[in-house]
Amino acid sequence: MKRGERKIIRTTTWSAGPGCHGGCGVLAHIEDGRLVKIEGDPEHPWNQGRLCARCLAMTQYVHHPDRLTRPLKRVGERGEGRWQEISWDEAFDLIEKRLKKIREEFGPESVIFSMGTGRDIGPWICMLAYAYGSPNVMFALSGIACYSPRIAAVDTIQGDYCILDAAQWFPKRYDDPRYKVPKCIVIWGYNIPASCPDNVFGHWIIDLMKRGTEIIAIDPRLSWFVSRAKKWLQLRPGTDGALAMGFLNVIINEGLYDRAFVEKWTNAAHLIRSDAAKLLRESDLVDSGSASNFVVWDMVRGAPAVWDATELDYKQAGVKPALEGDYEVRLASGAKVPVKTVWSAFCQQVGEYPVKRVSEITWVPEKDIVEAARFYAESKPAAIHWGVPIDMTPAITPTVQAIANLWCLTGNLDVPGGNVISRYAFDAVAYALPGTKGVIKLKSKEADSKRIGADRYGPLNRFIWRAQTDLVLEQIFTGKPYPIKGMWIQTCNPVAGIGLDPKKWVEALKKLDFVVAVDLFMTPTAQLADVVLPSATFLEKDGLRSWWVPLQSINKAMTVAECKPDVEINFELARRFDPDFRWQSIHELYDEIIKPAGMTYKELQAKGWAFPPEGHPSTPYHRFEKGLLRPDRKPGFQTPSGRIELYSSIREEWGLEPMAHYEEPPFTPVSQPELYKKYPLILSTGRRSPVYFHAEHRNIPWLREIDPDPVIEIHPDTAKSLGIGDGEWVWVENWLGRCKFKAKITLVVPTWMVMATHGWWFPEKPGAEPSLYGVWESNVNQLIPMSFQGKDGLGAPMKHLLCQVYKASSSEETGNA
Amino acid sequence: MPKQPQYGLLIDYEYCTGCYACQVACAQEYKWPAGMAGMRVMEVVQKLPHDKAYLTYLPFPTELCVLCASRTSKGLQPACVQHCMAACMKYGRIEELAREMGKKPRMVLWVPRS
Ligand code: SF4
Ligand code: SF4
Ligand code: SF4
Repeated sequence: MKRGERKIIRTTTWSAGPGCHGGCGVLAHIEDGRLVKIEGDPEHPWNQGRLCARCLAMTQYVHHPDRLTRPLKRVGERGEGRWQEISWDEAFDLIEKRLKKIREEFGPESVIFSMGTGRDIGPWICMLAYAYGSPNVMFALSGIACYSPRIAAVDTIQGDYCILDAAQWFPKRYDDPRYKVPKCIVIWGYNIPASCPDNVFGHWIIDLMKRGTEIIAIDPRLSWFVSRAKKWLQLRPGTDGALAMGFLNVIINEGLYDRAFVEKWTNAAHLIRSDAAKLLRESDLVDSGSASNFVVWDMVRGAPAVWDATELDYKQAGVKPALEGDYEVRLASGAKVPVKTVWSAFCQQVGEYPVKRVSEITWVPEKDIVEAARFYAESKPAAIHWGVPIDMTPAITPTVQAIANLWCLTGNLDVPGGNVISRYAFDAVAYALPGTKGVIKLKSKEADSKRIGADRYGPLNRFIWRAQTDLVLEQIFTGKPYPIKGMWIQTCNPVAGIGLDPKKWVEALKKLDFVVAVDLFMTPTAQLADVVLPSATFLEKDGLRSWWVPLQSINKAMTVAECKPDVEINFELARRFDPDFRWQSIHELYDEIIKPAGMTYKELQAKGWAFPPEGHPSTPYHRFEKGLLRPDRKPGFQTPSGRIELYSSIREEWGLEPMAHYEEPPFTPVSQPELYKKYPLILSTGRRSPVYFHAEHRNIPWLREIDPDPVIEIHPDTAKSLGIGDGEWVWVENWLGRCKFKAKITLVVPTWMVMATHGWWFPEKPGAEPSLYGVWESNVNQLIPMSFQGKDGLGAPMKHLLCQVYKASSSEETGNA
Repeated sequence: MPKQPQYGLLIDYEYCTGCYACQVACAQEYKWPAGMAGMRVMEVVQKLPHDKAYLTYLPFPTELCVLCASRTSKGLQPACVQHCMAACMKYGRIEELAREMGKKPRMVLWVPRS
């Protein structure tokens, strides 16, 4: 190519760069090997030429003067900030030697492989960990509380996850004749941050609003959606579960549910033993019966009848199951026990949440709850789109059960414009989210038996193949049941971003014998490593993406210095750790992953993206009726009963409450009235910035200009009573610590809550300890504890803490940049 | 006599989400240093009766906006218009855009210095 000649490479975004969960088609303009411009690809069905601020700032990111360009070896003490550049060969040799030594002395499980959110990293960090032999792949957030818990909870009762239908499955999108625009979308704890979490391009919802969709917004803050919503439910943070129960209450009492769906597709008719509070099984009735089969009350014969969970049919012909009622059955032992249907138990449970009580819990007026519930239930189709606040509470699973029951009961599951089952395109799994296992596996069950938390928490043995983060952190200090000696940290910054109680993470890292960080820039976390490896942006790699639909390729457009893509780094080390490592090249691995799509990786690259055809399990609609969801091709769901489980047999097995309900979170005005006297404001955190992805991008000039300081939003009345003026620096404090924010006095928050932005550190400040890029100044996670995960190991309280706010004295003020 | 303007930008600010893509798109297109761009996005939180409020974002073309003459002459959309995440900006002849304005409320027509 001639000098100055421009080539335009078509590729797909994901992770390093915009930082997001990806999916946008982009055109990268390359001149002399440098990125000179990036634009949205107008032909791409995902974004139709649109692109967010973070991706449009890629030239400043890719060619940033502070990018790590060569591997670094620590030469001073940990955290002293003294580094020596080394070659990749030296780095790989050093890591191989140190990690092999740990493996020999303490076993492979003594090394934790830690990752951050939604990156193009899941399979590749697993590939490395599993080649090394460690089952301990960790998502470094307390309670694994981002997305995986929602997926696991939905999988538990529904067998498959589902998401808002914005016609993303079809090349022609909204114009596809199969599609219907939702009449109503419930936006449950989600804002338009242009960070496109959970693999939904946020602005699709705006496309739908322009096409007539009306919004119910559930949010304590006046978000963009709230201003444009037909109904706004301004709930107290953390009470989502109660609100959903209130919705169910209205919908059931007013008969607004789809009774035919409930009868046919849920386990509503299955019987529960009232004596044991357990589902009645065939094995209870006859000694030779199967414990996997359930029982209904047959109204025709006036006797119990067995639901064969393998055949997905009754064992006798002509059974008419009763949906309601109390009955008595004779057990194999001869004893007679009272039983009731799941539906009766469910209605009773929902009956415990009359609107008045829900209003008291949530602080939402009764009238608004009733009207919103009616509007949702009466709109056909209607969808619910939820955000990460749902995960960020310890009772995440019962909350999800309640919300998921809403779309099931209203017949909005897998219908056009409803909540549509989301499968990986062509069932090719490139990102090992809950419920799936990709081509990359641990070698043996034995190796997995050491996974931290798997013995304690059911979901970790059924859906989420990760170590439980809070237990990992504790185990680093206790060394029980086995010592933790090393950590591999990739796409992850626990000291500034994903870690709660970050000082504890620093202490933990210092206890370890060997720490590797892989990143694009130095971070507060990387400062505490022994070796830092320079990784690459999405523009510098070949990759693939099948996170739902379509299947897409990421096509390498350029290289930067000696930076290597995460997948290449991990591939090289995996080969060194595992003599049986079976792939010769990354493309060979990709070929195997996308084999179900019937094409090679090269062919996919030439196409850019591919949609699975009609009739494929990864293409909607009505798949449960067509038998497309289960391996046996029987109509139904991939649950133990083959039906949506309003009463979860899996939760019952785990010894947890089987039905939806509400639990008050641990640090609220209600659960902590004493603390609330001292800390009279609800502290919520994590509202998104349009220009940052979590702890990233503070070093990108175009973006920092737009959002220069760590901000806390305070209502004008609250600010006035505290004597705080707009733009003044304040301390935000609770029993765990304090940090500094710039007050943004705004009506978007209620008087009783403040909203602090998260992920703040200052790349322009000194990196060495004690500063660690000023991370202790404004990292709000210092006010949030670890180890308050839910009963199933999932969820953590991040959106509903307590605090007080007071003005910083002038000497304490920060001029940051 | 200054040149008579012919083209403008129509903004449907009901749908502008304050994503700042327009501002950064312009900075990228013209390689402006941070602090300069042809577009600035403003946030307006208006108090309403009964303790209510309304949140609006509005993109404002600054003295640096040149209406992307170099792009439009090639048949491309202005950088801000193409990338607008909410697809709420339209480039065109002033009279045509003015007619569009009559179709729905919450619109503004900018005729930048260019
Ligand atoms: S954040 Fe959204 S708009 Fe930006 S690159 Fe990622 S997917 Fe595209
Ligand atoms: S029209 Fe062009 S010059 Fe004007 S603001 Fe938009 S991108 Fe900038
Ligand atoms: S790109 Fe569009 S939606 Fe985003 S701030 Fe600009 S005008 Fe508003």
